[in-house]
Amino acid sequence: MSAPVAAWWPLRLARLLAALLRVGLAQALAYRSEFIVWLLTTNMPLVMMLLWTTVAKDAPVGRFGQAQFGAYFLLTMAVRLLTGSWVVWEMTMEIRQGTLARRLLRPVHPFLAYCAEQAAAVPLRLLIVLPLLVVMVGWLGTGQFSREPLHWCLLPLALAGAWALLLSLMLLIGALALYWDSAISLFELWLALYFVLSGYTIPLELFPAGLRAVVTWLPFRFVLSFPVELALGLPSVGAALAALAVQWLYVLALFVAALTVFQRDLRRYAVYGG
Amino acid sequence: MPTDPTQQRAAQGADLGGAGAAPERVAPAAAGSLITVEGLAKHYRVHQRSAGVAAALRSLLRRRWETVRAVDGISFSIAPGERIGFLGPNGAGKTTTLKMLAGLLHPTAGVVSVAGFRPAERSRDFLHAITLVAGQKQQLLWDLPPADTFELNRAIYEIPRPVFRQRLDELVELLEVGEVMRRPARQLSLGERMKCELAAALLHRPRVLFLDEPTIGLDITMQASLRRFIATYNERHGATVLLTSHYMADVAALCPRIVVINHGRIIYDGSLPQLVRRTRPEKRVELHLERAIPRPELEALGARLVSFEGTQAVLHVEQGDLKRLVTQALAALPVVDLSVADAPLEAVLADLFAATPAPAAPGLPAIVAPP
Repeated sequence: MSAPVAAWWPLRLARLLAALLRVGLAQALAYRSEFIVWLLTTNMPLVMMLLWTTVAKDAPVGRFGQAQFGAYFLLTMAVRLLTGSWVVWEMTMEIRQGTLARRLLRPVHPFLAYCAEQAAAVPLRLLIVLPLLVVMVGWLGTGQFSREPLHWCLLPLALAGAWALLLSLMLLIGALALYWDSAISLFELWLALYFVLSGYTIPLELFPAGLRAVVTWLPFRFVLSFPVELALGLPSVGAALAALAVQWLYVLALFVAALTVFQRDLRRYAVYGG
Repeated sequence: MPTDPTQQRAAQGADLGGAGAAPERVAPAAAGSLITVEGLAKHYRVHQRSAGVAAALRSLLRRRWETVRAVDGISFSIAPGERIGFLGPNGAGKTTTLKMLAGLLHPTAGVVSVAGFRPAERSRDFLHAITLVAGQKQQLLWDLPPADTFELNRAIYEIPRPVFRQRLDELVELLEVGEVMRRPARQLSLGERMKCELAAALLHRPRVLFLDEPTIGLDITMQASLRRFIATYNERHGATVLLTSHYMADVAALCPRIVVINHGRIIYDGSLPQLVRRTRPEKRVELHLERAIPRPELEALGARLVSFEGTQAVLHVEQGDLKRLVTQALAALPVVDLSVADAPLEAVLADLFAATPAPAAPGLPAIVAPP
């Protein structure tokens, strides 16, 4: 039979996305125990918070006193929990084991399915993040957070950008697995740099000025530090807008690169064992 | 259909470097054909190294590569509604061919047309027209009930809900999966899972079914049940079926036509009875005797004595000599029971494979049975 013809493609896409999201959520719920335990293993920000609040006990470090460090690292934890993704491991495994064939046989681009599956897990992520935010506000009050309304308007976009940037990077590295068996090692390299350059362990503001000037425009910041900076009101409005534009440019560039690599290297795919 | 030498040369001369795939052309559909394949080839470049640490270290400096000709210039065509069995030993190229026809693999050379589409493009219309079910791989969502996969496929293939309901009811009835479709897929038996795999794969009513060992690992009852379903589905909806299986019973029951592949080449294309007559023209006569008799009395029948133990004997005889042998055996020997059969299909295929060793040079002609 030929493919059905629908009148309006956005409506078809919306229906398809709704179905993919429903199934993705059902799968995330089926794995709820493993998923929540996995989220809870993200405890590095708590360790760093204890470390830096101790350092700042007698005197602030730059603009950061104990309360600022507390807010910074709890927000860092929240952003990481909310915007995380596991698609690079799933994709490289599917390519190695040949099970990507299952996705290729369906008239839906595999990237759309991957994105929907990852997006479907966000409600579960919120179940962990919301109590964390409540604890944070109860402990620190609201004094540490931005008073600039535009920061709060930009925050959802910056969070979506952080999620999309990491996902696009993972799709790109996953697509490289069609050509290079050890592509996952690239992601390990990314993680090694990310831990230092994203603000995960040290606020970027505390970097030496020369290094900070470079790190500010590298993609690592936009995956983690930038939304945290917005919530804390650290950047000026102009700098925040510029950073948001750069963040989404990174998203676009990485997603297009991922699509290009995927379409090109699919010709090499051997579907071993699939 | 004999392989086309021009296409074979194209396959042999294909560039294996770079993306590992040559530009694919759409085969001009043969009159009345749904699937047309001409000179189709898939060559892999694989890394070779010996076992051990020294070999591993050497391979860091200098890699050895070998070209594997998984499929090596095959040609055939299939009419709408046909049921074809793809047979061959492990590594013969059956599954690789199926994957190329399903658009999962890009051919190294050759031309392919499936339902008017070029499979490697994986166009939306093409993916609506086909399905592939592999016995060793799953399409079902592992932790969710098959009903969720069915619902997802409804959305993916944009099947209107009343049509979906009607098709699902039909499949549930034919496959008897009403009870199991609401249990998580991981909790289903292999047979139940395979039935649900088929239901999920057929909801969009594909015109072409690629079935890669769909009955593997199933018990005899479940194998028979799936065979009945495939035959019924084919007859009811006119779907074209390409089946690979190591179970000869699947092929004998389902496929009026078989294509035998060995070393990436077609070595037979025709009907099963013709293959048996051609490869093992002798009939197999089994005798169960009332009492043991001297061997010369059996040899006196003038047929080839294949085995003789106690009161059981097996003879092979030319088709034209069968009547005489049976008459003579019944008259001269204390026969309690006598049966006549063709040679087992497994033995027929083993003979055929043995007769076609790996070619040193390309260009081995296929045996094609007349229609």
